[in-house]
Amino acid sequence: MAEAKKELKISRPYGQIRWENAFKRSLVIIALLMVVVVAGILLTLIIQSIPSLKSLGIKYLWGKTWDPINNVYGALPFLLGTLLTSFLALIISIPFSFSIAIYLGEYNPRGWLSNFLKNTVELIAAVPSVIYGFWGILVLVPIVQKLEIKLGVLPYGIGIFTASLVLAIMIIPYAASLGREMIKMVPSPLKEGAYSLGATRFEVIKNVILPYTKSGLFAGVLLSLGRALGETMAVTMVIGNTSTIPTSLFAPGNTMASVIANEFNEADHSLYWSALVELGLALFLVTVVINVIGKRIIKRFTNE
Amino acid sequence: MAGFKSLNHFINKKIMKNFLRIAKQHIAVAAMVVAAATGIQSKAIAQDDKTILGAGSSFINPLFSKQFADYNAKTGIQVNYQSIGSGGGILQLTNKTVDFGASDGPLNAEQTAKIGVPVLHITQASGAVVLTYNLPGVNTHLNLTPDVIADIYLGKITKWDDARITAINKGVAIPSFPILVAHRSDGSGTTAIFTSYLSKVSPEWSTKVGGGGAVNWPVGLGGKGSEGVSGLVKQTPGAIGYVELIYALNNKLEYAQIRNKKGKWIMPSIASVTAAGNVTLPDDSKIFITDTDAPDGYPISGFTWVIIYKEQNYNGRSLARAQALLKLLWWNIHDGQQYCTPLNYAPLSKAAVKLAEKILKSATYNGKSIL
Repeated sequence: MAEAKKELKISRPYGQIRWENAFKRSLVIIALLMVVVVAGILLTLIIQSIPSLKSLGIKYLWGKTWDPINNVYGALPFLLGTLLTSFLALIISIPFSFSIAIYLGEYNPRGWLSNFLKNTVELIAAVPSVIYGFWGILVLVPIVQKLEIKLGVLPYGIGIFTASLVLAIMIIPYAASLGREMIKMVPSPLKEGAYSLGATRFEVIKNVILPYTKSGLFAGVLLSLGRALGETMAVTMVIGNTSTIPTSLFAPGNTMASVIANEFNEADHSLYWSALVELGLALFLVTVVINVIGKRIIKRFTNE
Repeated sequence: MAGFKSLNHFINKKIMKNFLRIAKQHIAVAAMVVAAATGIQSKAIAQDDKTILGAGSSFINPLFSKQFADYNAKTGIQVNYQSIGSGGGILQLTNKTVDFGASDGPLNAEQTAKIGVPVLHITQASGAVVLTYNLPGVNTHLNLTPDVIADIYLGKITKWDDARITAINKGVAIPSFPILVAHRSDGSGTTAIFTSYLSKVSPEWSTKVGGGGAVNWPVGLGGKGSEGVSGLVKQTPGAIGYVELIYALNNKLEYAQIRNKKGKWIMPSIASVTAAGNVTLPDDSKIFITDTDAPDGYPISGFTWVIIYKEQNYNGRSLARAQALLKLLWWNIHDGQQYCTPLNYAPLSKAAVKLAEKILKSATYNGKSIL
């Protein structure tokens, strides 16, 4: 025991304090490294898109034509395609993700069924997106084609609507997992208080749980949206890759991410290449803007 | 109390050990990344003259794999070919990180300017683009004329039973389906050949759209890769799309017979594609042989080239390395051609081989010819 004490006295002042400092310093460095990486990416995008910015100017953003042969580049169809598919996917996914979150968070938080459901939902996020693309082409497209024939629109099968459906499934786990954690964390005195006042389970969910967790639920939705905005492979496979402004929900379209993925390999002249990088920059900025707006909304929720 | 403290100490020590272990791992990974990054550079200028580096066209990759494996067995020369797409191959050649690039199209004006010094285009094999379609009830090959194909892709012919289609397909009961046009969504040599053809046969296409690896399509849906286009065609009754001949043959797709410049109906096949290249070629071989003058040539075909620097002494390359490269390419256009037909590539025509020989002989090392 005495020996242990001795060793302790020696090692504390030097070794341990140095260790504490080194640990803290490495944490800071690693965290700052991430900032450097993000800033570096932004800087690269800006520098590489200078030729395109110079030649096309601001009208790049609302130009409707994407013509690599004549060097005319307009990002509007892709901007619309990205926003349309992402928000449509979000609208489709929210009822599912919130239902899963409430059921697993409140009705059935423990037990094998709960675990099984939870793991299955999380598995959805782990499946590679190209598999969703395959599934979309093989299963979803024929179903949508039949629906389109019934609705009397051109039965392409692929298009904005199909892409949104695939995206919706892919993003469900993000909002569902976060929502479930939030709902589980609602303090039981709050819920018990409401029950003791005679509230039914639905009333507790509506008046206690949802108001208490709304910022967390919204953060989950934001996470889903971020995923939808950037998804490339699955969307490319089912959206139709047509560089025109979509005229209806069933029309083919294109998204910024899928244009980049499609055309980057063989972009054979520098302005074309630069225009594609600028598309990446635009996508980056769209994500930032949506994130900033989202953070604002979350802040307002939590302050109330 | 003391016991508690020492326990605490023990835990801290353990954490530190773990941390150090993790840190060590990270350092190792970082070192590996750095090594890999610098490795790319050093590999490129390696003086190991037994390994030749190439990059580019994915279209020709299956043929190259077979040819280079055989060449390796015969001569011990290893060829490391990365199938990254024509544009990427040209870029790597420009950056001098490979010995040769392979491309489905000749260098364009900008790429030529960027590379700065004279390069040689050596034809390797021919490929062709066929029109595939999905018309329920039609089991024979359809006939298509250049103007009909152009007008379908311009969106001017929208029904399969259009008078202009039925007029050239007498005796075939063509159902009244709307035409769904499918094209490649990714930039590709296949698209370059097809749009080069449309630009040649249709003045309207040439002014409105033009030819290139990726164009502003007036109508239609885009599929990613050959399998994307053929997927669209298979799934949609009334669809028409274009794919490589190899892809159509390997997947047993239905395809159209096309009228060539001399007015003959030509079925796409290895023989008719080879024939398309049997014409007078320009001295630098930089030509799209689409809409060929050859009477029995299939009109939508094109070469794949290997591109090398004319002056082989650059970046401190040895004469032995330059010789090894040229010998390989010489073998490719002669003995290597035997692998074309089994793999469904069209071998070079006599005229093309003759020209490629002449071009290879013009390569120099310090101004002196190598072969």
